[in-house]
Amino acid sequence: MTTNRSIRRVPPWRGLMLVFALAGAALAGSGALAAAKASTADHAKFKELQQSFASGPEVTKACLICHTEAAKQVHSTKHWSWEFLNPATDQKLGKKNVINNFCISVPSNYPFCTSCHVGYGWKDANFDFTAEENVDCLVCHDTTGSYRKLPGLAGHPPYQDTEIPPGSGKFAKAVDLTKVAQKVGRTSRDTCGACHFFGGGGDGVKHGDMDSSLAAPDRELDVHMDATGLDFTCGTCHRTSSHDVPGSRYTPVARDTEGAHIPGREDDSLPATCPACHGQAPHKGGGHAAKLNDHTDVVACQTCHIPQIARGGVATKMSWDWSTAGQMGPDGKPMLKKDEAGRVIYDSKKGDFVLGENVAPEYRWFNGEVTYTLLGDKVDKSEGVTRINRLGGSATDGKSLIWPMKVFVGVQPYDPVNRTLVTPHTAGNDDTAYWKNFGWEKAIKTGMQVSGAAFSGQVDFVRTEMSWPITHMVAPKEKAVRCGECHMKGGRLEAVGGVYIPGRDANPLIDLFGWLMAGGALLGALVHGGLRIVRRNG
Amino acid sequence: MERIYIFKRFERFWHWSQALLIILMMVTGFEIHGTYTLLGYGDASALHTSAAWALIALWVFAIFWHFTTGEWRQYIPTTENLVAMLRYYMSGIFTHAPHPFRLTQLRKHNPLQRLAYLGVKLMINPLIWLSGLAYLYYNEINAVGFGLDLGVVALVHTIGAFLMLAFLVVHVYVITTGHTWSSHLKAMITGWEEIEDPQQGAKS
Repeated sequence: MTTNRSIRRVPPWRGLMLVFALAGAALAGSGALAAAKASTADHAKFKELQQSFASGPEVTKACLICHTEAAKQVHSTKHWSWEFLNPATDQKLGKKNVINNFCISVPSNYPFCTSCHVGYGWKDANFDFTAEENVDCLVCHDTTGSYRKLPGLAGHPPYQDTEIPPGSGKFAKAVDLTKVAQKVGRTSRDTCGACHFFGGGGDGVKHGDMDSSLAAPDRELDVHMDATGLDFTCGTCHRTSSHDVPGSRYTPVARDTEGAHIPGREDDSLPATCPACHGQAPHKGGGHAAKLNDHTDVVACQTCHIPQIARGGVATKMSWDWSTAGQMGPDGKPMLKKDEAGRVIYDSKKGDFVLGENVAPEYRWFNGEVTYTLLGDKVDKSEGVTRINRLGGSATDGKSLIWPMKVFVGVQPYDPVNRTLVTPHTAGNDDTAYWKNFGWEKAIKTGMQVSGAAFSGQVDFVRTEMSWPITHMVAPKEKAVRCGECHMKGGRLEAVGGVYIPGRDANPLIDLFGWLMAGGALLGALVHGGLRIVRRNG
Repeated sequence: MERIYIFKRFERFWHWSQALLIILMMVTGFEIHGTYTLLGYGDASALHTSAAWALIALWVFAIFWHFTTGEWRQYIPTTENLVAMLRYYMSGIFTHAPHPFRLTQLRKHNPLQRLAYLGVKLMINPLIWLSGLAYLYYNEINAVGFGLDLGVVALVHTIGAFLMLAFLVVHVYVITTGHTWSSHLKAMITGWEEIEDPQQGAKS
């Protein structure tokens, strides 16, 4: 094992005490953080916003009168393009291109998926990515909580009261654009969460470490976001400059070897990593704290400090079996099945789900390199499991740490002739959409046409796995994973190789000899002593 | 019956605190090793480390004491009476033969004891000290350019622990082989050892 720093260690005469001060320094500054939120501008007083707006793009035009560069900045981000070229692998990624094992893929389902796009009108491949007024300022900068984009409207909010879903009798109220525009402000947990809490088609579905419980979490759920404490927003860590939000899932920093970034000392950047604030020796004190610091070259902070995911009362999906979709209820109509907690575990449109709350993550070496199985990449069903994303990392590459993962298991359609994953057309009110017609061949044919990929017409299902590095829902220090949960046989890190873990690992031969030797000594003593007792009066 | 004063106050203090610390480290050490769960890994590890520092401090004092008092000479190995001692433990002790070694203040350990304690001091202790310090500081040691492997460090430390355990078992038994079953134990508590009356020994 190697390390690139050295930590001063005080001989731990006081070592019995658990000295563990991860958040101590941050706590002291919480008052100052809360005071810094008042803006110098009251947008309600701006003439440009004192009008009634007929559509989102009209609001954006008004915003751009003052914020002249904002749309251009947004245009250069992944939030806008849904496209990302990974320089390490040359893979073309981004929401537009990747296939996952949740709702599978975006193309052919644009009007529904793009309700989470920071733009207006992306209903098909002809969307104009250069139009500045197509940027949706409000979805990120709303402070009223009344702004909402609906699936099927291609990123627009409802401008009239809209029945959603159609025929349900439930109506979403038209958004008051003037009110929302006059009250714009900083991003918040609510604005980021409006999309990121609901990834995968519902609350908490995708990530496990992000769901609506983080809108106003208590300290136990997230020590930093604690609404009555530090009250971090997403942007406190994902400190954004020029609308470009740091902290990428495509090229994450798995091992930040830099110290804390102190403004004015090194530079003003703030990577969205733990060491960016806490440095490389986050546990203060000698003895036990120093021993904990010794772990930072092997174990990611998240591994100990996020003991479970989905801790806020919202379940996350652990698996999704598309192959059972399409079964109808006794009335011949699509049905839902719910578990005893009232959560959907079967949906005719989607298949079977397994849900989990308070789930202990799995652990893997991870160096930040992620390679996706993309459309066209060969899939071999005989391998048992197709990895949607493969994570690089090992104990010896010097760039990896042991990371917690949500490993999401899917069973999803694929083309057994061409041996590729497929991009079914699921959402839509047309003749081929799976969620309306329940026919895989038609849905996949349409979807693959939109994706520009070959489809043999045959459909089979393949087991897939997708790993999600876990980094949110950081628990308070007293709730961190206990030493013995990993330092044991059969513990959390049982499957992680390449590292000696005291308590888990031992040389069986040395143990055998050792116990034979000690046991032999004991036996000898007993026999010898026994003989002496027998011969005492002899 | 004759009594002689062989263990001075510091020596007894050193012996018993060492005994306590070593037993504590055995208990916590084998928990860290994964043999059983008692205190929980974190507490076991913290206690083990604190006890290690206490023991190191004690040893520093003890080494100083041994050299300033000249008591270190008690551990110089000798072959005189060695075979006789072995023979006594293997047969004489069962037939109430006289003890072949007569202890004095200047020779308080029999030749087998001398060898055993010397082995502890020159082999087992350094093995445990060095591997234990490497275990505690392997990050820092590697940071300055060594390529220590924690698995190897732990292996050496475990070997040391097993040797110490075997020594402890034999040691605890052998203290029952004095003039009476408890005379060695009493000596380490009070300092005074009862020794065999030479005439009486010759009679039996």
